[in-house]
Amino acid sequence: MTTPTAFASLPGGATGSHAVFEARALTKVYRLGEVEVHALRGVDVDLYEGEFVVLLGPSGSGKSTLLNILGGLDVPTSGTVHYRDHDLTACDDAGLTRYRREHVGFVFQFYNLIPSLTARENAELITDIAERPMNAADALALVGLADRMDHFPSQLSGGEQQRVAIARAIAKRPDVLLCDEPTGALDVTTGVLVLEAIARVNRELGTTTVIITHNAVIAGIADRVITLSDGRIASVRPNASKTSPANLQW
Amino acid sequence: MTRLDRKLLRDLWALKTQAFAIALVMASGVATLVMSLSMVASLQRTRDDYYERARFADVFARVKRAPNALAARLAGIPGVDQVETRVVVEVILDLPDLIVPAVGRLISLARDPTAGLNLLQLRSGRFPEPAGRHEVVVSEGFATANRLRAGDVVPAIINGRRQTLTLVGVALSPEYIYQIRPGEMVPDDQRFGVFWMNRIELAAAYGLEGAMNDIALTLSRDARKDEVLLRVDELIARFGGQGSYGREDQVSNHLLENELVQLQGMASIPPAIFLAVTAFLLHVVISRLVQTQREQIAVLKAFGYTTGQVGAHFLKLVLVLVGVGLVLGVAAGAWLGADLAHLYARYFRFPTLQFRLDPLALILAGGISVGAAVLGALSAVRRAMILPPAQGMRPEEPARYRSTLVERLGLQRVIGRIPRMIFRQLERKPVTAGISIVGIALAVAVVVLGSFSSDIVDFAIELQFFGAQRHDAALTFLEPTTARVMHEIRQLPGVLAAEPFRSVPVRLRFGHRSRQLGLLGLPAGHQLLRVIDTDWRETALPAAGIVISRTLAERLGARLGDSVSCEVMEGRRPVFEAAVAALIDDITGMSAYIDHALLSRLMREESLVSGAFLTFDPEREHALFTAIKVAPRVATVRTRAAAVELFRALMAENLLRMRLINVIFASIIAFGVVYNAARISLAERSRELATLRVIGFGRDEISFIFLGEVAVLTFAALPLGLVLGRGFVGLAVSALSTEAMRFPAIVSVSTYAFAVTTVLAASLLSSLVVRRRLDRLDLLAVLKSSV
Repeated sequence: MTTPTAFASLPGGATGSHAVFEARALTKVYRLGEVEVHALRGVDVDLYEGEFVVLLGPSGSGKSTLLNILGGLDVPTSGTVHYRDHDLTACDDAGLTRYRREHVGFVFQFYNLIPSLTARENAELITDIAERPMNAADALALVGLADRMDHFPSQLSGGEQQRVAIARAIAKRPDVLLCDEPTGALDVTTGVLVLEAIARVNRELGTTTVIITHNAVIAGIADRVITLSDGRIASVRPNASKTSPANLQW
Repeated sequence: MTRLDRKLLRDLWALKTQAFAIALVMASGVATLVMSLSMVASLQRTRDDYYERARFADVFARVKRAPNALAARLAGIPGVDQVETRVVVEVILDLPDLIVPAVGRLISLARDPTAGLNLLQLRSGRFPEPAGRHEVVVSEGFATANRLRAGDVVPAIINGRRQTLTLVGVALSPEYIYQIRPGEMVPDDQRFGVFWMNRIELAAAYGLEGAMNDIALTLSRDARKDEVLLRVDELIARFGGQGSYGREDQVSNHLLENELVQLQGMASIPPAIFLAVTAFLLHVVISRLVQTQREQIAVLKAFGYTTGQVGAHFLKLVLVLVGVGLVLGVAAGAWLGADLAHLYARYFRFPTLQFRLDPLALILAGGISVGAAVLGALSAVRRAMILPPAQGMRPEEPARYRSTLVERLGLQRVIGRIPRMIFRQLERKPVTAGISIVGIALAVAVVVLGSFSSDIVDFAIELQFFGAQRHDAALTFLEPTTARVMHEIRQLPGVLAAEPFRSVPVRLRFGHRSRQLGLLGLPAGHQLLRVIDTDWRETALPAAGIVISRTLAERLGARLGDSVSCEVMEGRRPVFEAAVAALIDDITGMSAYIDHALLSRLMREESLVSGAFLTFDPEREHALFTAIKVAPRVATVRTRAAAVELFRALMAENLLRMRLINVIFASIIAFGVVYNAARISLAERSRELATLRVIGFGRDEISFIFLGEVAVLTFAALPLGLVLGRGFVGLAVSALSTEAMRFPAIVSVSTYAFAVTTVLAASLLSSLVVRRRLDRLDLLAVLKSSV
């Protein structure tokens, strides 16, 4: 049986634009003590400009590893990743730092806000080093937090904290937004708010967006759903009709 | 201000107590460094300036009697710039308020007192009129101590006749910045004064018309001093010259120099210790900070902050802390320095002594502090820099526990469950525990270092004034006198026992090295002055050879059994060889002893004595000293009681004041180290402790687990600290010893006990402060948080 590959099954993607990411034959092996963990076992994937992708899979399937490699946080053991004309696998640490600074926005499961900075300052932390950032206040308004900007993370609910994290990620106008289980620590209602914020960013700013989750329900809001299993791509499925996050139930 | 800087300030604010404790430790080191070095610079600048303005002489010499014409020949020596000859004599003063008489040194004034060398600076009054009878200018120290002013009179026994000196002025002299009688350990302004009077009058009283007995001269810039000294000695030899010497051997200058050496010592060891502790604390705190901020660091990197920016962020945090420590330290150093200058001004009489912060000391303090802090934080900052962003997102591996050594030894049945948790925690992190132990041990050591000075004072008093000096008083005669005088001495009222001594000025020479000092001859069976070591061992004077201080032997390069040459600079000026028969470790370090009979033989003189040691009946003290005041041959007298009192007073003011400061600093260290260790432990274990509370442990029980750990660390640190403290004392003693005073490294049990108590108190205090936080532990918040 051949492994289904993302680029083979849907040329042009939902938006009909060309590939932003081209990953080929990615493998990643971690060494934990004396045990070798094969997180990725040969993944080929293309992601297209402006598309909204959900990476689905159980924990340990390799989706976080794939996201980290796409985001320049980690490097594959073998294989290549191209972001537009950058060969990420050829970059050194400084090159990857520059790539992340210029192109990538991250949202993490546990928000990872700086507790000693307010919501606005957390966003500004990133606009400080970005080339053409949006106003931090605008970014926070975009995620519905215009009136909570001067609160510290400890004064915000989990959903609000995650929306601050999204505002922080988009404030620099990234080309890609990578979200690692953004609703993993949230209940349905707040999770929906967060997903709405992400969907809005994708829609209004045209940011290529990848969400990884183990919650299959969320797949409904994506243009394409890529399922990983045991370090391989198990299936790639375009969504014929996208649902709005507001209609999600889990 | 960037957001990252704002984060830095808020992080610091969250750490404020810990950060402040560290800044205080650093400030202690900076204060000591800045104070000592600035004091050294201030003293040196004041001294150089004063010497220059007052035309302080470069070379000094005493003769028995030489014609004034000798001055021209001295001036002819190549390298000699200006020569001044003087008449200098010592007299007994009969101040009505003093039972034990004071001694005055009378020095002739040049015809124009504002020209020449060693110029006086009048503080009040005027110089004597050329025709004024018995008019004198008095040294400020003596005038102040005896509350004398211009217009007062001082009775003096001048050449056996009672005369009345009239004070017309009070002055300072560069020769008597530190006004001390030769042979004394501490200055006694009340019983030793210097007086300047018209030369003709003074010379006439001692039959020295047209003659002089003291020489001071300056050197030209290109002079070769050693050669000048040799030529001067040749010229003065036939006039009873006692050997010329340079500034370095001039008493006042020599003691001032010693003080500078001690100050420099103070600027090295204690600040080094404080800054080492600072580096250590910063290492601990920044390591912890980096560990708790793993995710924040990862986020910064994920969003494109560079490795350099992350490193700079943590370094900045360290530098802000250093800045606070520096500001506090410099302020404290300036304050302590001004205070110290005040104290110095009482013992070192300069026209003005102003403490000024030395820019070089500030630069040095800044550089060393930054260096120490950065060194301490470096490995932690590096860890932050190399933290891979993806890895920072993953939770840390759970800590690995194993059964402890205690359990492996099968002792678990003896140890309860809670102590077992304590030991497991400590054994799991041996490095952290080890670092904490070293930190607390350093605190103990610093308290020992700060307190041992009083042990040494007690020891010195005991050894010097009760072990060695078994006499109540010592008299010296105007001139060496036949031993028959002892009969008269023993007849003085109240005298219980009296022993003669013979002291001769000699130059000891071994190879090319030489040293001028007084060789002390003591009679067989001497009891009133014993020659003892710092370990209380008495050395008997051998029938042949001399006994000298080990320090002196080292200076000469001589060893036991070597034969040294003794050039006597008195009487017939014989030169003889004497073997070093024994070495003694004494406090003053520059002593030489010989059997009196042997000395008389070598001097080819009948048994002459220079003075006598006495014990007397205290009830008849008054009668005794009344008789001594008018005894024609007695030049000086000093008593043990006065010396002990002065010594204590000086030390109390000087060393014990430093002790207080040191103990405060050491307590700061102890508190800082223990508090940091406890806070970090609390941070690392709050989740575990909260869990225990949730499953039903009481506050007291978790406090016991937590504080038990601090207690184990503290007790483990105590013995190590005492050993370290003993080591620091050894270092400090060698840094502080000078030629004039050498102390053995002595630490009393009470000092050790004091150190242990201080650190236990600091440890207890910081534990209680942390325990308050433990009691307020928000169980749910701790358990809900992700880390």
